[in-house]
Amino acid sequence: MTRHLDREIGRLKEAVLNLSALVEESVYRAIRAVEDGDAALAKQVIEEDAIIDQREVFVEEECLKIFALYQPVAIDLRFLVAILKLNSDLERIGDLAGNIASRAKGLAGLPRPSGIIDFAPMFAAAKSMLRGSLESLVELDTKKALEVIRSDEALDEANRANYREVKSLIRAYPADLDALLHYLSVSRYLERIGDHCTNIAEDVLYMMEGKIVRHRLDEGW
Amino acid sequence: MGEVVTVTGLNLWYGERQALHSISLAATEGEVLALIGPSGCGKSTFLRTLNRMNDLIPSVRIEGSVVVLGEDIYRNGMELAELRRRVGLVFQRSNPFPKSIYENVAYGPKIHGEKRRVELDEIVEQSLRRADLWDEVKDRLGASALRLSGGQQQRLCIARALAVRPKILLMDEPASALDPRSTAKIEELIAVLRGEYTILIVTHNMQQAGRVSDRTAFFCDGALIESGVTSDIFTNPQKKETQDYITGRFG
Repeated sequence: MTRHLDREIGRLKEAVLNLSALVEESVYRAIRAVEDGDAALAKQVIEEDAIIDQREVFVEEECLKIFALYQPVAIDLRFLVAILKLNSDLERIGDLAGNIASRAKGLAGLPRPSGIIDFAPMFAAAKSMLRGSLESLVELDTKKALEVIRSDEALDEANRANYREVKSLIRAYPADLDALLHYLSVSRYLERIGDHCTNIAEDVLYMMEGKIVRHRLDEGW
Repeated sequence: MGEVVTVTGLNLWYGERQALHSISLAATEGEVLALIGPSGCGKSTFLRTLNRMNDLIPSVRIEGSVVVLGEDIYRNGMELAELRRRVGLVFQRSNPFPKSIYENVAYGPKIHGEKRRVELDEIVEQSLRRADLWDEVKDRLGASALRLSGGQQQRLCIARALAVRPKILLMDEPASALDPRSTAKIEELIAVLRGEYTILIVTHNMQQAGRVSDRTAFFCDGALIESGVTSDIFTNPQKKETQDYITGRFG
Protein backbone atom coordinates (compact mmCIF):
# COMPACT_ATOMS: atom_id res chain seq x y z
CA MET A 1 0.00 0.00 0.00
CA THR A 2 1.47 3.37 -1.00
CA ARG A 3 0.59 6.13 1.37
CA HIS A 4 -0.01 9.71 0.23
CA LEU A 5 2.76 10.58 2.63
CA ASP A 6 5.21 8.31 0.77
CA ARG A 7 4.64 10.25 -2.42
CA GLU A 8 5.27 13.54 -0.62
CA ILE A 9 8.38 12.17 1.03
CA GLY A 10 9.61 10.83 -2.31
CA ARG A 11 9.30 14.28 -3.85
CA LEU A 12 11.01 15.85 -0.87
CA LYS A 13 13.90 13.39 -1.05
CA GLU A 14 14.39 14.22 -4.69
CA ALA A 15 14.45 17.95 -3.95
CA VAL A 16 17.03 17.46 -1.16
CA LEU A 17 19.23 15.28 -3.35
CA ASN A 18 19.12 17.91 -6.11
CA LEU A 19 20.03 20.58 -3.59
CA SER A 20 22.91 18.55 -2.20
CA ALA A 21 24.25 17.88 -5.71
CA LEU A 22 24.21 21.63 -6.41
CA VAL A 23 25.95 22.41 -3.13
CA GLU A 24 28.62 19.78 -3.70
CA GLU A 25 29.28 21.07 -7.20
CA SER A 26 29.50 24.60 -5.86
CA VAL A 27 32.11 23.69 -3.24
CA TYR A 28 34.17 21.71 -5.75
CA ARG A 29 34.18 24.60 -8.21
CA ALA A 30 35.04 27.15 -5.51
CA ILE A 31 38.04 25.04 -4.52
CA ARG A 32 39.06 24.70 -8.16
CA ALA A 33 38.77 28.48 -8.57
CA VAL A 34 41.25 28.92 -5.69
CA GLU A 35 43.61 26.25 -7.02
CA ASP A 36 43.60 27.57 -10.58
CA GLY A 37 43.25 31.27 -9.79
CA ASP A 38 40.14 31.22 -12.00
CA ALA A 39 38.17 34.44 -11.41
CA ALA A 40 35.50 33.62 -14.01
CA LEU A 41 34.70 30.31 -12.35
CA ALA A 42 34.61 32.06 -8.98
CA LYS A 43 32.12 34.58 -10.31
CA GLN A 44 29.91 31.79 -11.58
CA VAL A 45 29.90 30.09 -8.15
CA ILE A 46 28.88 33.33 -6.46
CA GLU A 47 26.07 33.97 -8.94
CA GLU A 48 24.68 30.46 -8.72
CA ASP A 49 24.31 30.62 -4.95
CA ALA A 50 20.91 32.25 -5.57
CA ILE A 51 19.66 28.97 -7.04
CA ILE A 52 20.75 27.10 -3.93
CA ASP A 53 18.92 29.63 -1.77
CA GLN A 54 15.72 29.15 -3.76
CA ARG A 55 15.94 25.38 -3.51
CA GLU A 56 16.48 25.60 0.24
CA VAL A 57 13.31 27.64 0.64
CA PHE A 58 11.41 25.12 -1.50
CA VAL A 59 12.56 22.19 0.68
CA GLU A 60 11.60 24.04 3.85
CA GLU A 61 8.15 24.84 2.51
CA GLU A 62 7.61 21.22 1.50
CA CYS A 63 8.59 20.04 5.00
CA LEU A 64 6.22 22.49 6.67
CA LYS A 65 3.41 21.45 4.35
CA ILE A 66 3.92 17.78 5.19
CA PHE A 67 3.99 18.51 8.94
CA ALA A 68 0.73 20.42 8.67
CA LEU A 69 -1.11 17.94 6.47
CA TYR A 70 0.13 14.56 7.68
CA GLN A 71 1.17 14.92 11.34
CA PRO A 72 4.02 12.46 10.81
CA VAL A 73 5.30 10.23 13.60
CA ALA A 74 8.20 7.82 14.24
CA ILE A 75 10.60 7.37 11.28
CA ASP A 76 8.56 9.82 9.15
CA LEU A 77 8.80 12.46 11.85
CA ARG A 78 12.52 11.93 12.36
CA PHE A 79 13.12 12.00 8.61
CA LEU A 80 11.35 15.34 8.23
CA VAL A 81 13.04 16.92 11.23
CA ALA A 82 16.43 15.77 9.93
CA ILE A 83 15.69 17.14 6.45
CA LEU A 84 14.51 20.46 7.85
CA LYS A 85 17.75 20.82 9.80
CA LEU A 86 20.22 19.56 7.24
CA ASN A 87 18.53 21.74 4.64
CA SER A 88 19.89 24.81 6.46
CA ASP A 89 23.31 23.20 6.69
CA LEU A 90 23.32 22.61 2.94
CA GLU A 91 22.37 26.22 2.32
CA ARG A 92 25.12 27.43 4.66
CA ILE A 93 27.66 25.22 2.86
CA GLY A 94 26.50 26.87 -0.35
CA ASP A 95 27.15 30.31 1.21
CA LEU A 96 30.61 29.20 2.31
CA ALA A 97 31.38 28.01 -1.22
CA GLY A 98 30.42 31.53 -2.32
CA ASN A 99 32.76 32.99 0.31
CA ILE A 100 35.61 30.77 -0.88
CA ALA A 101 34.89 31.87 -4.45
CA SER A 102 35.10 35.53 -3.37
CA ARG A 103 38.54 34.83 -1.94
CA ALA A 104 39.49 33.09 -5.17
CA LYS A 105 38.51 36.25 -7.04
CA GLY A 106 40.66 38.32 -4.68
CA LEU A 107 43.60 35.95 -5.07
CA ALA A 108 43.30 35.99 -8.88
CA GLY A 109 44.06 39.71 -8.89
CA LEU A 110 47.20 39.39 -6.75
CA PRO A 111 50.70 38.20 -7.53
CA ARG A 112 51.41 34.66 -6.39
CA PRO A 113 52.85 34.76 -2.83
CA SER A 114 56.47 33.70 -2.32
CA GLY A 115 55.75 31.26 0.48
CA ILE A 116 53.13 28.68 -0.50
CA ILE A 117 50.78 26.84 1.86
CA ASP A 118 49.96 23.36 0.69
CA PHE A 119 46.17 23.34 0.65
CA ALA A 120 45.79 20.05 -1.19
CA PRO A 121 45.29 17.86 1.92
CA MET A 122 42.73 20.26 3.39
CA PHE A 123 40.85 20.51 0.13
CA ALA A 124 40.78 16.72 -0.07
CA ALA A 125 39.65 16.37 3.55
CA ALA A 126 36.80 18.88 3.16
CA LYS A 127 35.64 17.28 -0.09
CA SER A 128 35.72 13.86 1.50
CA MET A 129 33.67 15.03 4.50
CA LEU A 130 31.11 16.66 2.24
CA ARG A 131 30.89 13.57 0.05
CA GLY A 132 30.68 11.29 3.10
CA SER A 133 27.90 13.31 4.72
CA LEU A 134 25.86 13.42 1.51
CA GLU A 135 26.39 9.72 0.89
CA SER A 136 25.35 8.91 4.45
CA LEU A 137 22.18 10.87 3.70
CA VAL A 138 21.48 9.27 0.33
CA GLU A 139 22.29 5.74 1.49
CA LEU A 140 20.99 6.24 5.05
CA ASP A 141 24.33 4.84 6.17
CA THR A 142 25.05 5.36 9.87
CA LYS A 143 28.58 4.00 9.55
CA LYS A 144 29.48 6.67 7.01
CA ALA A 145 27.82 9.31 9.16
CA LEU A 146 29.98 8.31 12.12
CA GLU A 147 33.12 8.43 9.95
CA VAL A 148 32.26 11.98 8.93
CA ILE A 149 31.76 13.06 12.54
CA ARG A 150 35.06 11.50 13.57
CA SER A 151 37.01 13.09 10.71
CA ASP A 152 36.01 16.65 11.63
CA GLU A 153 38.84 16.96 14.14
CA ALA A 154 41.45 16.47 11.38
CA LEU A 155 39.97 19.37 9.42
CA ASP A 156 39.94 21.55 12.54
CA GLU A 157 43.59 20.70 13.11
CA ALA A 158 44.49 21.49 9.49
CA ASN A 159 42.87 24.91 9.97
CA ARG A 160 44.88 25.55 13.12
CA ALA A 161 48.09 24.51 11.33
CA ASN A 162 47.26 26.89 8.45
CA TYR A 163 46.77 29.70 10.93
CA ARG A 164 50.22 29.11 12.40
CA GLU A 165 51.71 28.82 8.92
CA VAL A 166 50.09 32.03 7.70
CA LYS A 167 51.37 33.89 10.73
CA SER A 168 54.94 32.88 10.11
CA LEU A 169 54.63 33.55 6.37
CA ILE A 170 53.33 37.08 7.04
CA ARG A 171 56.40 37.68 9.16
CA ALA A 172 58.69 36.30 6.47
CA TYR A 173 56.94 37.95 3.47
CA PRO A 174 54.98 41.03 4.63
CA ALA A 175 54.35 42.01 1.02
CA ASP A 176 52.14 38.92 0.62
CA LEU A 177 49.81 40.01 3.43
CA ASP A 178 46.66 40.38 1.31
CA ALA A 179 47.04 37.04 -0.42
CA LEU A 180 47.85 35.27 2.82
CA LEU A 181 44.76 36.68 4.51
CA HIS A 182 42.68 35.35 1.62
CA TYR A 183 44.22 31.92 2.15
CA LEU A 184 43.55 32.11 5.86
CA SER A 185 39.90 32.87 5.15
CA VAL A 186 39.65 29.96 2.72
CA SER A 187 41.04 27.71 5.41
CA ARG A 188 38.47 28.94 7.92
CA TYR A 189 35.60 28.50 5.46
CA LEU A 190 36.67 24.94 4.77
CA GLU A 191 36.75 24.27 8.49
CA ARG A 192 33.20 25.66 8.76
CA ILE A 193 32.08 23.43 5.89
CA GLY A 194 33.39 20.50 7.92
CA ASP A 195 31.22 21.61 10.86
CA HIS A 196 28.10 21.69 8.68
CA CYS A 197 28.96 18.25 7.28
CA THR A 198 29.17 17.03 10.87
CA ASN A 199 25.72 18.48 11.54
CA ILE A 200 24.32 16.67 8.50
CA ALA A 201 25.88 13.40 9.65
CA GLU A 202 24.39 13.88 13.12
CA ASP A 203 20.97 14.48 11.60
CA VAL A 204 21.30 11.29 9.56
CA LEU A 205 22.16 9.39 12.75
CA TYR A 206 19.12 10.87 14.48
CA MET A 207 16.92 9.93 11.56
CA MET A 208 18.12 6.34 11.55
CA GLU A 209 18.61 5.66 15.25
CA GLY A 210 16.29 8.12 16.96
CA LYS A 211 19.14 9.28 19.16
CA ILE A 212 20.49 12.79 19.36
CA VAL A 213 24.28 12.37 19.30
CA ARG A 214 25.15 16.05 19.18
CA HIS A 215 27.53 17.04 22.01
CA ARG A 216 27.78 13.49 23.31
CA LEU A 217 29.57 11.43 20.75
CA ASP A 218 31.81 9.98 23.43
CA GLU A 219 28.87 8.34 25.21
CA GLY A 220 29.25 4.97 23.59
CA TRP A 221 29.02 5.93 19.91
CA MET B 1 3.05 5.88 42.80
CA GLY B 2 2.33 2.17 42.90
CA GLU B 3 0.87 -0.09 40.30
CA VAL B 4 -2.92 -0.15 40.46
CA VAL B 5 -3.28 -2.64 37.64
CA THR B 6 -0.85 -5.53 37.22
CA VAL B 7 -1.62 -8.05 34.54
CA THR B 8 0.71 -11.02 34.17
CA GLY B 9 0.64 -13.74 31.52
CA LEU B 10 -2.98 -13.14 30.58
CA ASN B 11 -4.48 -15.51 28.00
CA LEU B 12 -8.10 -15.23 26.94
CA TRP B 13 -10.20 -17.42 24.66
CA TYR B 14 -13.61 -16.86 23.10
CA GLY B 15 -14.58 -20.50 22.70
CA GLU B 16 -11.81 -22.01 20.57
CA ARG B 17 -10.38 -18.72 19.42
CA GLN B 18 -7.59 -17.23 21.49
CA ALA B 19 -8.04 -13.44 21.64
CA LEU B 20 -5.24 -12.51 24.06
CA HIS B 21 -1.81 -14.11 24.13
CA SER B 22 0.24 -13.92 27.28
CA ILE B 23 -0.26 -10.22 28.02
CA SER B 24 1.78 -8.66 30.80
CA LEU B 25 1.12 -4.97 31.36
CA ALA B 26 0.83 -2.68 34.36
CA ALA B 27 -0.73 0.73 34.99
CA THR B 28 0.62 3.11 37.61
CA GLU B 29 -1.59 5.16 39.91
CA GLY B 30 -2.78 8.37 38.30
CA GLU B 31 -1.41 7.76 34.83
CA VAL B 32 -3.19 7.74 31.49
CA LEU B 33 -2.36 4.60 29.55
CA ALA B 34 -3.45 4.49 25.91
CA LEU B 35 -4.12 1.16 24.22
CA ILE B 36 -3.74 1.30 20.46
CA GLY B 37 -3.79 -1.24 17.67
CA PRO B 38 -5.81 -2.37 14.66
CA SER B 39 -9.42 -3.52 14.98
CA GLY B 40 -9.70 -6.97 16.49
CA CYS B 41 -6.23 -6.80 18.07
CA GLY B 42 -7.58 -7.45 21.56
CA LYS B 43 -7.26 -4.02 23.13
CA SER B 44 -10.96 -3.71 24.05
CA THR B 45 -11.02 -7.31 25.23
CA PHE B 46 -8.01 -6.54 27.42
CA LEU B 47 -9.71 -3.42 28.81
CA ARG B 48 -12.80 -5.42 29.71
CA THR B 49 -10.85 -8.05 31.61
CA LEU B 50 -9.98 -5.33 34.12
CA ASN B 51 -13.51 -5.08 35.53
CA ARG B 52 -14.61 -8.54 34.41
CA MET B 53 -17.03 -7.29 31.79
CA ASN B 54 -16.03 -10.30 29.68
CA ASP B 55 -17.77 -12.50 32.25
CA LEU B 56 -21.00 -11.57 30.52
CA ILE B 57 -19.93 -13.60 27.48
CA PRO B 58 -20.50 -17.30 28.29
CA SER B 59 -17.75 -18.85 26.15
CA VAL B 60 -14.92 -16.78 27.63
CA ARG B 61 -12.04 -18.57 29.34
CA ILE B 62 -9.20 -16.78 31.06
CA GLU B 63 -5.73 -17.76 32.34
CA GLY B 64 -3.15 -15.62 34.06
CA SER B 65 -3.18 -13.07 36.81
CA VAL B 66 -5.09 -9.78 36.89
CA VAL B 67 -4.44 -7.78 40.04
CA VAL B 68 -6.45 -4.58 40.37
CA LEU B 69 -5.99 -2.29 43.38
CA GLY B 70 -4.13 -5.07 45.15
CA GLU B 71 -6.74 -7.76 44.59
CA ASP B 72 -6.68 -10.78 42.33
CA ILE B 73 -10.00 -10.00 40.65
CA TYR B 74 -10.50 -13.49 39.20
CA ARG B 75 -10.35 -15.19 42.59
CA ASN B 76 -13.41 -17.01 43.83
CA GLY B 77 -15.79 -14.83 45.76
CA MET B 78 -14.65 -11.57 44.15
CA GLU B 79 -17.41 -9.02 44.71
CA LEU B 80 -18.19 -7.88 41.15
CA ALA B 81 -20.46 -4.94 41.98
CA GLU B 82 -17.73 -3.50 44.18
CA LEU B 83 -15.06 -4.18 41.50
CA ARG B 84 -17.13 -2.32 38.91
CA ARG B 85 -17.69 0.56 41.30
CA ARG B 86 -13.94 0.97 41.67
CA VAL B 87 -13.23 0.36 38.00
CA GLY B 88 -15.63 2.42 35.89
CA LEU B 89 -16.18 1.86 32.17
CA VAL B 90 -17.10 4.46 29.56
CA PHE B 91 -18.18 3.06 26.22
CA GLN B 92 -17.67 4.22 22.66
CA ARG B 93 -21.33 5.08 22.19
CA SER B 94 -22.79 7.10 25.00
CA ASN B 95 -25.50 5.05 26.66
CA PRO B 96 -27.42 7.18 29.11
CA PHE B 97 -30.43 5.59 30.77
CA PRO B 98 -33.76 6.88 29.41
CA LYS B 99 -34.20 8.89 32.57
CA SER B 100 -33.51 12.42 33.72
CA ILE B 101 -30.00 13.84 33.79
CA TYR B 102 -30.16 13.79 37.60
CA GLU B 103 -31.29 10.19 37.79
CA ASN B 104 -28.52 9.04 35.44
CA VAL B 105 -25.85 10.34 37.81
CA ALA B 106 -27.67 9.42 41.03
CA TYR B 107 -28.38 5.87 39.89
CA GLY B 108 -25.02 4.36 40.85
CA PRO B 109 -24.81 5.86 44.34
CA LYS B 110 -28.42 4.83 44.93
CA ILE B 111 -27.85 1.17 44.14
CA HIS B 112 -24.77 1.31 46.34
CA GLY B 113 -27.07 2.34 49.18
CA GLU B 114 -27.00 6.13 49.26
CA LYS B 115 -30.54 7.31 49.94
CA ARG B 116 -30.10 10.72 51.51
CA ARG B 117 -31.33 13.40 49.12
CA VAL B 118 -28.83 16.03 50.26
CA GLU B 119 -25.94 13.63 49.76
CA LEU B 120 -27.24 12.61 46.35
CA ASP B 121 -27.65 16.25 45.29
CA GLU B 122 -24.06 16.86 46.33
CA ILE B 123 -22.75 13.82 44.44
CA VAL B 124 -24.71 14.73 41.30
CA GLU B 125 -23.41 18.28 41.28
CA GLN B 126 -19.83 17.27 42.01
CA SER B 127 -19.82 14.55 39.37
CA LEU B 128 -21.33 16.82 36.73
CA ARG B 129 -18.81 19.52 37.59
CA ARG B 130 -15.94 17.05 37.31
CA ALA B 131 -17.25 15.94 33.93
CA ASP B 132 -17.43 19.61 32.90
CA LEU B 133 -21.16 19.37 32.24
CA TRP B 134 -22.68 21.15 35.26
CA ASP B 135 -22.88 24.63 33.74
CA GLU B 136 -24.66 23.29 30.68
CA VAL B 137 -27.32 21.28 32.52
CA LYS B 138 -27.73 22.73 36.01
CA ASP B 139 -31.03 24.42 35.10
CA ARG B 140 -32.58 21.31 33.60
CA LEU B 141 -31.49 18.39 35.74
CA GLY B 142 -34.97 16.92 35.43
CA ALA B 143 -34.86 16.86 31.62
CA SER B 144 -34.37 13.59 29.79
CA ALA B 145 -30.71 12.66 29.28
CA LEU B 146 -31.60 11.57 25.77
CA ARG B 147 -32.20 15.19 24.80
CA LEU B 148 -28.54 16.09 25.33
CA SER B 149 -26.14 16.29 22.39
CA GLY B 150 -23.82 13.35 21.68
CA GLY B 151 -20.86 15.07 23.34
CA GLN B 152 -22.95 16.01 26.38
CA GLN B 153 -24.30 12.47 26.67
CA GLN B 154 -20.76 11.14 26.68
CA ARG B 155 -19.75 13.56 29.44
CA LEU B 156 -22.90 12.53 31.32
CA CYS B 157 -21.73 8.91 31.11
CA ILE B 158 -18.37 10.01 32.52
CA ALA B 159 -20.19 11.87 35.32
CA ARG B 160 -22.20 8.70 35.96
CA ALA B 161 -18.99 6.68 36.20
CA LEU B 162 -17.43 9.26 38.55
CA ALA B 163 -20.50 9.35 40.81
CA VAL B 164 -19.60 6.03 42.45
CA ARG B 165 -16.08 7.30 43.24
CA PRO B 166 -14.00 4.89 41.19
CA LYS B 167 -10.21 4.66 41.30
CA ILE B 168 -9.78 3.54 37.74
CA LEU B 169 -11.58 4.64 34.58
CA LEU B 170 -11.64 2.41 31.52
CA MET B 171 -12.54 4.28 28.34
CA ASP B 172 -13.30 2.35 25.19
CA GLU B 173 -12.96 4.82 22.30
CA PRO B 174 -14.84 7.46 24.27
CA ALA B 175 -14.60 10.10 21.55
CA SER B 176 -14.78 8.12 18.33
CA ALA B 177 -18.41 9.03 17.66
CA LEU B 178 -17.95 12.72 18.49
CA ASP B 179 -17.15 15.81 16.43
CA PRO B 180 -13.76 17.53 16.92
CA ARG B 181 -15.12 20.03 19.42
CA SER B 182 -16.78 17.44 21.65
CA THR B 183 -13.66 15.29 21.25
CA ALA B 184 -11.53 18.18 22.49
CA LYS B 185 -13.81 18.49 25.54
CA ILE B 186 -13.38 14.82 26.39
CA GLU B 187 -9.61 15.11 25.95
CA GLU B 188 -9.48 18.17 28.21
CA LEU B 189 -11.51 16.25 30.73
CA ILE B 190 -9.01 13.38 30.66
CA ALA B 191 -6.23 15.89 31.31
CA VAL B 192 -8.12 17.19 34.37
CA LEU B 193 -8.94 13.71 35.71
CA ARG B 194 -5.39 12.40 35.21
CA GLY B 195 -3.60 12.16 38.51
CA GLU B 196 -6.75 11.65 40.54
CA TYR B 197 -7.84 8.62 38.57
CA THR B 198 -5.90 6.02 36.67
CA ILE B 199 -7.24 6.05 33.12
CA LEU B 200 -6.88 3.33 30.50
CA ILE B 201 -8.14 4.49 27.13
CA VAL B 202 -8.61 2.51 23.94
CA THR B 203 -8.36 4.76 20.91
CA HIS B 204 -8.02 4.44 17.16
CA ASN B 205 -6.93 8.03 16.93
CA MET B 206 -3.12 8.15 17.09
CA GLN B 207 -3.00 11.88 17.66
CA GLN B 208 -5.42 11.44 20.52
CA ALA B 209 -3.21 8.81 22.13
CA GLY B 210 -0.31 11.24 21.69
CA ARG B 211 -2.21 14.13 23.23
CA VAL B 212 -3.81 12.50 26.24
CA SER B 213 -1.64 9.65 27.44
CA ASP B 214 1.51 9.26 29.53
CA ARG B 215 2.25 5.80 28.21
CA THR B 216 1.07 3.88 25.19
CA ALA B 217 0.71 0.14 24.65
CA PHE B 218 0.49 -1.25 21.13
CA PHE B 219 -1.51 -4.44 20.61
CA CYS B 220 -1.57 -6.56 17.47
CA ASP B 221 -3.22 -9.94 16.84
CA GLY B 222 -3.98 -10.39 20.51
CA ALA B 223 -0.40 -9.77 21.63
CA LEU B 224 1.18 -6.78 23.33
CA ILE B 225 3.90 -5.74 20.90
CA GLU B 226 5.39 -2.81 22.73
CA SER B 227 4.61 -0.39 25.53
CA GLY B 228 6.45 2.70 26.67
CA VAL B 229 6.40 6.42 27.32
CA THR B 230 4.05 7.92 24.71
CA SER B 231 6.54 10.44 23.34
CA ASP B 232 9.08 7.63 22.84
CA ILE B 233 6.54 5.40 21.10
CA PHE B 234 5.61 8.18 18.68
CA THR B 235 9.13 9.40 17.95
CA ASN B 236 11.18 6.24 18.15
CA PRO B 237 9.27 2.98 18.51
CA GLN B 238 11.49 -0.04 19.09
CA LYS B 239 9.44 -2.59 17.14
CA LYS B 240 8.90 -2.54 13.41
CA GLU B 241 5.23 -3.55 13.81
CA THR B 242 4.61 -0.49 16.00
CA GLN B 243 6.33 1.79 13.51
CA ASP B 244 4.35 0.34 10.60
CA TYR B 245 1.09 0.80 12.44
CA ILE B 246 1.53 4.32 13.77
CA THR B 247 2.92 5.62 10.49
CA GLY B 248 0.03 4.07 8.56
CA ARG B 249 2.11 1.47 6.71
CA PHE B 250 0.04 -1.28 8.25
CA GLY B 251 -1.50 -3.90 5.93
